[in-house]
Amino acid sequence: MNYFPDEVLEPVFDFITSHKDRNSVSLVCKSWFKIERYSRQRVFIGNCYSTCPERLIARFPGLKSLTLKGKPHFADFNLVPHDWGGFLYPWIEALAKSRIGLEELRLKRMVVSDESLELLSKSFVNFKSLVLVSCEGFTTDGLAAIAANCRFLRELDLQENEVDDHRGHWLSCFPESCTSLVSLNFACLKGEINLGALERLVARSPNLKSLRLNRAVPFDTLEKLLMQAPQLLDLGTGSYVPDPSSEAYNRLKSAIQRCKSIRSLSGFLEVNPRCMSAIYPICANLTFLNLSYAPGLSGNELTKLIQHCRKLQRLWILDYIGDKGLGVVASTCKELQELRVFPTDPLGAGNAAVTEEGLVLISAGCPKLNSLLYFCQQMTNAALITVAKNCPNFICFRLCILDPIKPDPVTNRPLDEGFGAIVESCEGLKRLSLSGLLSDQVFLYIGMYAKQLEMLSIAFAGDSDEGMLYVLNGCKKLRKLEIRDSPFGNAALLEDVGKYETMRSLWMSSCEVTLGGCKTLAEKMPSLSVEIINESQQMEFSLDDRTVDKMYLYRTLVGHRKDAPEFVWIL
Amino acid sequence: MEGSVAYENDLHLKATELRLGLPGTDEREEHAVSNVRNNKRPLQEGGANGKSDSQNETAPPAKAQIVGWPPIRSYRKNNFQSKKNESEGPGIYVKVSMDGAPYLRKIDLKVYTGYRELLQALENMFKFTIGEYSEREGYKGSDYAPTYEDKDGDWMLVGDVPWEMFITSCKRLRIMKGSEARGLGCGV
Repeated sequence: MNYFPDEVLEPVFDFITSHKDRNSVSLVCKSWFKIERYSRQRVFIGNCYSTCPERLIARFPGLKSLTLKGKPHFADFNLVPHDWGGFLYPWIEALAKSRIGLEELRLKRMVVSDESLELLSKSFVNFKSLVLVSCEGFTTDGLAAIAANCRFLRELDLQENEVDDHRGHWLSCFPESCTSLVSLNFACLKGEINLGALERLVARSPNLKSLRLNRAVPFDTLEKLLMQAPQLLDLGTGSYVPDPSSEAYNRLKSAIQRCKSIRSLSGFLEVNPRCMSAIYPICANLTFLNLSYAPGLSGNELTKLIQHCRKLQRLWILDYIGDKGLGVVASTCKELQELRVFPTDPLGAGNAAVTEEGLVLISAGCPKLNSLLYFCQQMTNAALITVAKNCPNFICFRLCILDPIKPDPVTNRPLDEGFGAIVESCEGLKRLSLSGLLSDQVFLYIGMYAKQLEMLSIAFAGDSDEGMLYVLNGCKKLRKLEIRDSPFGNAALLEDVGKYETMRSLWMSSCEVTLGGCKTLAEKMPSLSVEIINESQQMEFSLDDRTVDKMYLYRTLVGHRKDAPEFVWIL
Repeated sequence: MEGSVAYENDLHLKATELRLGLPGTDEREEHAVSNVRNNKRPLQEGGANGKSDSQNETAPPAKAQIVGWPPIRSYRKNNFQSKKNESEGPGIYVKVSMDGAPYLRKIDLKVYTGYRELLQALENMFKFTIGEYSEREGYKGSDYAPTYEDKDGDWMLVGDVPWEMFITSCKRLRIMKGSEARGLGCGV
């Protein structure tokens, strides 16, 4: 098959960057496998327990960038106990001992200890980029080690992590010689930081393009930072509570005028709504606006701001914008591709402000919409059918009705037809989250139409095993399936056990699968790891008829993991 | 609902019973939510206190908390709730009077994150509507204006200064009604 020598193929493979393509290339023949593995620099591991550090190191000696994901998705919603697993340390330990020159590490839902951060910071001379999303287990001491030891650090990006903030001087640990920062995001930290150190750091970072501050950074500092960094592309303010009559406020207004490159804006964790007009000059060029952590604005101020943002492609907001506000979005933001509307009050007693009307307006005004996350009070089939007609390009459609089994309030019927319309119309749909009252019928539609679907989230839905079977049989490209509180049992679980080898993982909690069913599955499929998370400790291992609280199974090349805590049974 | 009295006397055994019945056959029955497996219908109406919902239609239903619902990252959930639970220090309790009301109320300003929430709470408490705020004309569109007494003893219109400044300087609130209220706005 080789018409060309390796040296010719290698630079050709360099053009192939997507993980999927690279994986396909490596399967063509032995010689391509070899060339590909030596030239691979970026590796993505969607489930850290599907393989092990040793195999990674052995196969890809040229590794520079590693992405690792740990806990299952439902861990984000407190459904997985903290010490379930997903520990970073063994990976760093193994990589440090090898000759891998790691430069970039991107982690999601992993347990990251200070020790692992320290070891990371000392083991890789050229380490450049650390991105942590929804991780936990570390403190600002670990960040101090990264700051102090990574001499060529370009990126430190912390998104929505639970960090134990020791209010230390981690930011002061960046040495004077560190001038390479391109991206710094510490918005999720709760504690005070050394403002002087921050100002000096920004002043000596001419390449800084992205800066996201935490709540402890006051307005006065923000103003000084903007004066130092007019080249920013992405800004996240911390606290934005200026005194409108102050000199600092005037200075900010002129500093903003000089920041002609800002395309992405977030923050406003505390806000003086009266001073948002200072931001208007940069709105015209914004492509990403994230005000989902700014509960201090009113719907009116938010709408006024958005009216200046005609080029917006991605918008993350809170639901106090209301249906009318969404109408303003629809008439202003014609380039909108992604919309996320979060609930201001998650346990709200019916005060949530958006309904199906807002979504319909958006769909009518924003034909380019392809990604949606929408928390709302209610939804109707008619609305979903309209949305499906207006926006056939959805790749990601996640609807969350705050009352999880609410029917269509107009007809009192389940939302089967509405979601059916979505999957039928959106042929490219890859990710879907369902909510509201749903019967097996919706799964019939999903199995029939959602041919590109890769991830499906189900909660409080369906009537019988048929539902789950429609999905398993029909969705050929399914990779991740997560189900909670739905009446699916052993019959559905065991009908096609080979299917799970084609998927990354399956999660089922508060369903009707029994311990016996899980044991059977584990026996038939040794290439799967079937975990039972047994928090209540009532379950005895011999009682096969008991339904299982939480089951998580995934395919793996390396058998059962050795780091499972006591309450996790691996069958 | 005939069954409700029985529930009260009954140790709520029915409420926690695991049943194999089809879902939806006993829609109005109370169920404990977090650990029940056979029940796929979470508690919707009424509280977990055994009272049935049919007589409580005027009060907003107390939603039972389903573990992990709505599906929001705990980081985000904690972010908003911690504002409400900021019990570092006592709350800032101020009296609220409403022209024409027989008695005053007291609210804790620390519980709110901003003017929008405060005004909404006042509207709910006294059953009235405040108009739209603007710097020029105060609260247009209704007969009411929310005012407060500041540290200097002056009566100020609510909403002019930043929220943080407001809660530290507000000593008491008064919802003015009628011509007096409109006078403050200097408008129509």
